[in-house]
Amino acid sequence: MKIAIASGKGGTGKTTLATNLTAYLAEEDEVVLIDLDVEEPNSGLFIKGEFVYKEDKYKMIPEWEQDRCTPCGLCQEVCNFHAIIQLSDQIMLFSELCHSCYACSELCPTSALPMIPQKMGEMKHYRNGNLSFVESRLDIGQEQAVPLIAQTKEYIDTHFSEKMIKFFDAPPGTSCPVIEVTKDVDFVILVTEPTPFGLHDLKLAVDTMRELNRNYGVVVNRHGIGNDDVLEYCQNENIPVLAKIPNDRSIAELYSRGELVYQKVPAVKEQLIKIMDQILELKNGEAK
Amino acid sequence: MKIAFTTKGTEWDSMMDPRLGRTEFILLYDDETGEFSHYDNRAIEHTAHGAGPKTVQKLLELNPDILITGNGPGGNAAAVLKNAPLKIYIGAGEMTVKEALSAYKNGELMSF
Repeated sequence: MKIAIASGKGGTGKTTLATNLTAYLAEEDEVVLIDLDVEEPNSGLFIKGEFVYKEDKYKMIPEWEQDRCTPCGLCQEVCNFHAIIQLSDQIMLFSELCHSCYACSELCPTSALPMIPQKMGEMKHYRNGNLSFVESRLDIGQEQAVPLIAQTKEYIDTHFSEKMIKFFDAPPGTSCPVIEVTKDVDFVILVTEPTPFGLHDLKLAVDTMRELNRNYGVVVNRHGIGNDDVLEYCQNENIPVLAKIPNDRSIAELYSRGELVYQKVPAVKEQLIKIMDQILELKNGEAK
Repeated sequence: MKIAFTTKGTEWDSMMDPRLGRTEFILLYDDETGEFSHYDNRAIEHTAHGAGPKTVQKLLELNPDILITGNGPGGNAAAVLKNAPLKIYIGAGEMTVKEALSAYKNGELMSF
């Protein structure tokens, strides 16, 4: 079972929820936590484990071979991402704009654009008891998260059984990386805060999940600040509110020290139990 | 001498567009012939990535001697412009085209 933790707005508590939920479940069962916020992965600040495996990750980009180039300009015409431009007889490549679609390379009449691997980041795998933790991190200067997310998901699919519960910590927002993380999961937890900002971005995230036809529910974090607009919105839209995690200074203090929260704040543990019960219930309901 | 401006409109009184890659128009003025023309770049709005190189490529086709713009080129656009012969002047993002031209003539714009 695959569960993504996404948000819309950044800083609402995705990682806090992901790390606490997985650590809690790992007390009883085998669980996998995958940090796919590859531009700034930080679940590793809270989850420590024994190093298992590391792999450099590559994407394929074209390389211009001037000697073979005629230069006909077909490559820049077929590139949907403006990653290739032609200036008189020179070809310029912007590898960070390239989506590795191979169009220029395959269609070049003189094969002057062979695809070569370029390192984009690395994936690391750790283990701590029942908890397997995998995180991927983009190299500095790399702009595209999607290929690294896709390759990390492939690793998860080939290395862990389908039955294991897997939590994917998604990046914030609603753009391509979030869609890559959430497009094929069984359930998406949308974490929000009860503020106008939180509500605004929650609506965008809900629209995205509806478009993707995902099962989803909302967790309100820092409940008690702001107002009730998020709860009202969820009620009007028939969106299940899985839990309300109270706003509590001690949670912030634990977080700031890189500690897990649920062992020390009983109210958080209660909410984690509630979340899992409801996800399993919604999941089973759907199976019937 | 052919001067290009990044603009939000097609008139002398139009506002400059501070952006280069995503400029709405490129206005061209030839101060020898008085010829005044424009290129409509508004389709760039639908381009998610690579607006800089794309607009600069068009700009180089238009082949001006001077570019007057606002914020200046970003990384990718600057890479394309690096070997181009045109001179770039920035800091005219909040002016009208007319004001930008006179600021350039009075030496008030920063060269990039």
